[in-house]
Amino acid sequence: MKKSLPLLLALLAAPLVTSAQVTPERLENAASEPQNWLTYSGTYMSQRYSELDEITPRNVDRLELKWVFQAQSLEAFEASPLVVDGIMYLTEAPNTVYALDPATGRTFWRYQHDPHTDARPCCGRVNRGVAISGNTLFMATIDAKLVALDATTGGVLWQNDVADPALGYAMTLAPLAIKDKVIVGVAGGEYGIRGFIAAYDVATGDEAWRFYTIPGPGEPGHETWQGGGDAWMHGGASIWLTGSYDPELNLTYWGVGNPGPDWNPDQRPGDNLYSDSVVALNADTGELVWHFQFTPNDDYDYDSIQIPVLVDMEMGNLSSGKLMLWANRNGFYYVLDRTNGKFLNGTPFVHVNWASGLDPETGRPIETPQGPEAVTYPGVQGGTNWYSPSFSPKTEMFYLTAWENYGSIFMPQDIEYVPGRIFGGGALGGPIPGAANLPGFGNQPVNTWTGDVGKGAILGLNARTGEQAWRFDMNDIGHSGILTTSSNLLFSGNREGLFFALDARNGKLLWQQRLGGQGNNGPITFETNGEQFVAAAMGNGLYVFGLRD
Amino acid sequence: MNYLKLFLPLVSLLWLPTVQAQQHAGQYDIADIAYGAQLFAERCVVCHGPNGDLLPQANFRTGTFRNASSDRDLQRVIRDGVQGTAMAATGYADAELTALVAFLRNITSYDGSGLTIGDADAGKAIFEGKGDCLSCHRVGTSGPSYAPPLTSIGMSRTAAALRRVLIDPVDGMMPINRPVHAVLANGRVVEGRRLNEDTFSVQLITKEERLVSLDKRSLREYEIGTESAMPAYGEIYSDQEIADLLAYLLSLKGFQP
Repeated sequence: MKKSLPLLLALLAAPLVTSAQVTPERLENAASEPQNWLTYSGTYMSQRYSELDEITPRNVDRLELKWVFQAQSLEAFEASPLVVDGIMYLTEAPNTVYALDPATGRTFWRYQHDPHTDARPCCGRVNRGVAISGNTLFMATIDAKLVALDATTGGVLWQNDVADPALGYAMTLAPLAIKDKVIVGVAGGEYGIRGFIAAYDVATGDEAWRFYTIPGPGEPGHETWQGGGDAWMHGGASIWLTGSYDPELNLTYWGVGNPGPDWNPDQRPGDNLYSDSVVALNADTGELVWHFQFTPNDDYDYDSIQIPVLVDMEMGNLSSGKLMLWANRNGFYYVLDRTNGKFLNGTPFVHVNWASGLDPETGRPIETPQGPEAVTYPGVQGGTNWYSPSFSPKTEMFYLTAWENYGSIFMPQDIEYVPGRIFGGGALGGPIPGAANLPGFGNQPVNTWTGDVGKGAILGLNARTGEQAWRFDMNDIGHSGILTTSSNLLFSGNREGLFFALDARNGKLLWQQRLGGQGNNGPITFETNGEQFVAAAMGNGLYVFGLRD
Repeated sequence: MNYLKLFLPLVSLLWLPTVQAQQHAGQYDIADIAYGAQLFAERCVVCHGPNGDLLPQANFRTGTFRNASSDRDLQRVIRDGVQGTAMAATGYADAELTALVAFLRNITSYDGSGLTIGDADAGKAIFEGKGDCLSCHRVGTSGPSYAPPLTSIGMSRTAAALRRVLIDPVDGMMPINRPVHAVLANGRVVEGRRLNEDTFSVQLITKEERLVSLDKRSLREYEIGTESAMPAYGEIYSDQEIADLLAYLLSLKGFQP
């Protein structure tokens, strides 16, 4: 609907109110206020789906650029902003928070945390966003601190040392606020850390509970670390993306990273729980209620840190309908019963040869190791990775960014743990047959990554079966997450600098913009002054689109 | 107008010419020189001696420096240190670097008489007591947010600027902090402290501590005030009390975990 100029001016003139009080009830019901974007993935269900429907497949070609936020940092821009009652909260690398006017992009305040020089995140000095509870924002930093900020002023309310950055601990994820706690996890799986998830009191910063993702002596699962005396102490199992939450079950779900050393499983015989698993924790106590391991004794760096997507949908004889959908870095798509972790279904979504399939009862992979003489599919970056997937209740499809026909040669090597140093335990061999000059992962003006190395695609999967309903092929691979809306739109980007809208029902391209920098985050949508906007970080800018008046 | 008195900005880099004539030692403000002397006494004398001439290779009383010529050079050396020597990086904030350079440039003439920095504890007592500063300003988690927060003011504002605004808050106010009075198209009045502005929009925080962004083209009235509601404390408090308040403000260096 085209708005009249006087009405628009009046809307623009209306004071935008903050002093937000984002109560636990609001967070539980975030889907009912789609004008806001209250958590990293939009809601506790983490579907990255919105009920906003002003922008539709019929009018999406009228999208125009409304404003751009130009980051000061040239580091990868991986943050999803929050939008809360007329204020956008955005982070840029490494750890700077902005409060912005979502209608114009103008800055209200800026808070900069200068990370300690001990910080050594493996894969970029990045940050993926903040959480909010009450009127407090929470940022996890690359020097492993948790900072609480006054959402009105950006002033620090408290700050905690979560772990020691000199040992390789870092935090790059957006925290998750649940009731009176804020939950984070530590990255550092390439440095021989012992991963954990921890909850802090939102008011005081006091640690409420801590769950180690590697069981200690005497704890169930400790026996799955059979290498040398201290394999479990340096086994990684990091956390670097935000979890999900089911308020009815009071369970919070987190994906766990790879075991360490990454590529040498011989140094850590056993299944290496809870690496490459999803863990379901009591949100009040941190107690482990169930777990499901995707890749036991991982050889390939198949972190399972993907966003746990929660869906309430009929599926076979599952009376509760409480599903968890998961397209894993290991190339398989899984459907789990999120009440107990039971495996319901699983199927590959890309070419996979490290396993011939999944045990139909347990979901455990039937492994077919290729060894260092052959190419393993998917490659080290996986069939998908950390880029947020999406689920649309309208289409009942699961959407993901996939890397197809992309493989690696894994060459394990013995490595000794040295505190604070990379604990990789191997190398990537080559050449890959047919792709002799395996290029790096960085995007370059001249794109040397070709389809011979692997192609990117947006896949629409039947959420129950994992069968491919449609595909949108790209020349290049992509790092962008996916947003869907109730009007059957799908937004995503890729490494070529394209930001585009597809029809979520069939994958048809409806609109695209060349933004010239690779997408590294998940798009969001929100409403301000009565208009729906879509925001995506591409390159070093956050680009915000709305319909032409 | 009442709205002009709602907000109490404290911070400024502006200067009052009449004070300047009395308080400057050349281009350096006496408050910065005095604060620099205090910082020097706290951290630098161990190596450089109380007179700054203990090290022959770094005798500050000569007026020349081996690794610096401009004030900017000096700030860099003090902040980052000198590789291969015992002069380590100090990590001083901008306001502290300004003060140390002002002192080093005046080390031979500064005798400690006249203006002093005062006692931070005594200043805190005034700030939180009879000064009632927390009724408008925020320090840490105390006080409201509609006046400029002061939690880390000792890092971002120089001693000279802080003293100036204590004495004359109108001329000492940072222009960005000036009060906004706006009347919306529907007649509603919005007043607040300016946080940011461009050609078409202005961002402010209201007395109710709400962040507001206005499209200036849609406003019936739009006015930027120049006055401050903060009293001119130079007319109320003694020189010692001003010095104590200044010491307290300089001690505010951000969140301390």
